[in-house]
Amino acid sequence: MKLRRPRLSCLSIAMILFALIILIVAILLRPLTLPKPEALSAAFAPVVVAPLKPVSAFNAIVDPAARSVALFQEAGRVIRHPRCMNCHPRTDRPTQTDAMRPHMPAVARGPDGAGDPHLRCATCHNDANFTGRDVPGNPQWLLALIEQAWQGRSLGETCRQLFDPARSYITRAELLEHMANDALVGWAWHPGGDRPPAPGTQAQFGALIAAWRETDARWPA
Amino acid sequence: MTHSLFVNGRLHSVDTDGDAPLLWVLRDHLRLTGTKYGCGKAQCGACTVHADGQPVRSCSLSLADAATSRIETIEGAAGPEAEALTAAWVARGVPQCGFCQSGQLMSALALLRANSAPTDADIDAAMSGNLCRCATYNRIRAGIHDAAAALGDRS
Repeated sequence: MKLRRPRLSCLSIAMILFALIILIVAILLRPLTLPKPEALSAAFAPVVVAPLKPVSAFNAIVDPAARSVALFQEAGRVIRHPRCMNCHPRTDRPTQTDAMRPHMPAVARGPDGAGDPHLRCATCHNDANFTGRDVPGNPQWLLALIEQAWQGRSLGETCRQLFDPARSYITRAELLEHMANDALVGWAWHPGGDRPPAPGTQAQFGALIAAWRETDARWPA
Repeated sequence: MTHSLFVNGRLHSVDTDGDAPLLWVLRDHLRLTGTKYGCGKAQCGACTVHADGQPVRSCSLSLADAATSRIETIEGAAGPEAEALTAAWVARGVPQCGFCQSGQLMSALALLRANSAPTDADIDAAMSGNLCRCATYNRIRAGIHDAAAALGDRS
């Protein structure tokens, strides 16, 4: 008996091609499910500048003493910000980051506030923020005097300290100049990297301090 | 842009971005690989060199800023303090893996040049920015004391 080799007919080939076309169309037209949206990692979130109320926002407070206290409390949002507090430690070691943890590596204030004679602040901190390596810097980089420590003190205690001649060493005019125009203080609004700046602007902060002085510089309890 | 850089007594011309870290320039352009890359953000001290005699972290100093100073690296460290430190390091076998040691030596060198008889407290203060993952701190401190003693014997 002679076996005949099975042969594909034209109809069979057409059906196979038709099936392939159906399969390709089905694949192309299948419903696509997009990946579930995820929030951007905090590391990539833009740095947010917190606003600072202008002096005019306190005009409605009729009582001069209450207005003065309110002005200082608003300015206190800058004073108590980590960008400022980190350099006003109550020990000989500065703190760093928003968590205000002890500075790493371990450094000391030294005799002039700019570091130990053999491990100066300038060993690592230059005249400007070094953005490539995220190391902050300023030409005047140094710690506040130990008598001007703000960490661990309430806003009222900080205010009393500002006007205590035994601890402040600066006049009211010098205090305003330091807060409103000092470039080192101004770094707090331009800290670079992912460090959140102090609220508002240095000009707004200076205006709040000036208005507070003009209202007899009252401080909170 | 081309920058002039004075390193170890020689003037070099370096054609690269002024924002480049000095460490990159030393290692990749000038092939002075004794200075090590550790953390890259001024946290460990492995990249310590001297700028106008002061220890600085070359990973966080830009080429443009470094170009205004006289740079000294471990390859150019010389003088009685450097010799005393080298002898003490060898005699005590201070290094373990050795990676941080060029930075340790540059910080120790700056200390001894300024203070020929440092106390433990002086050494701790000057060296606290130089980390050693092998924890050879006790040998480093002893080595500095040995070098200081040797310098005292010479004078």
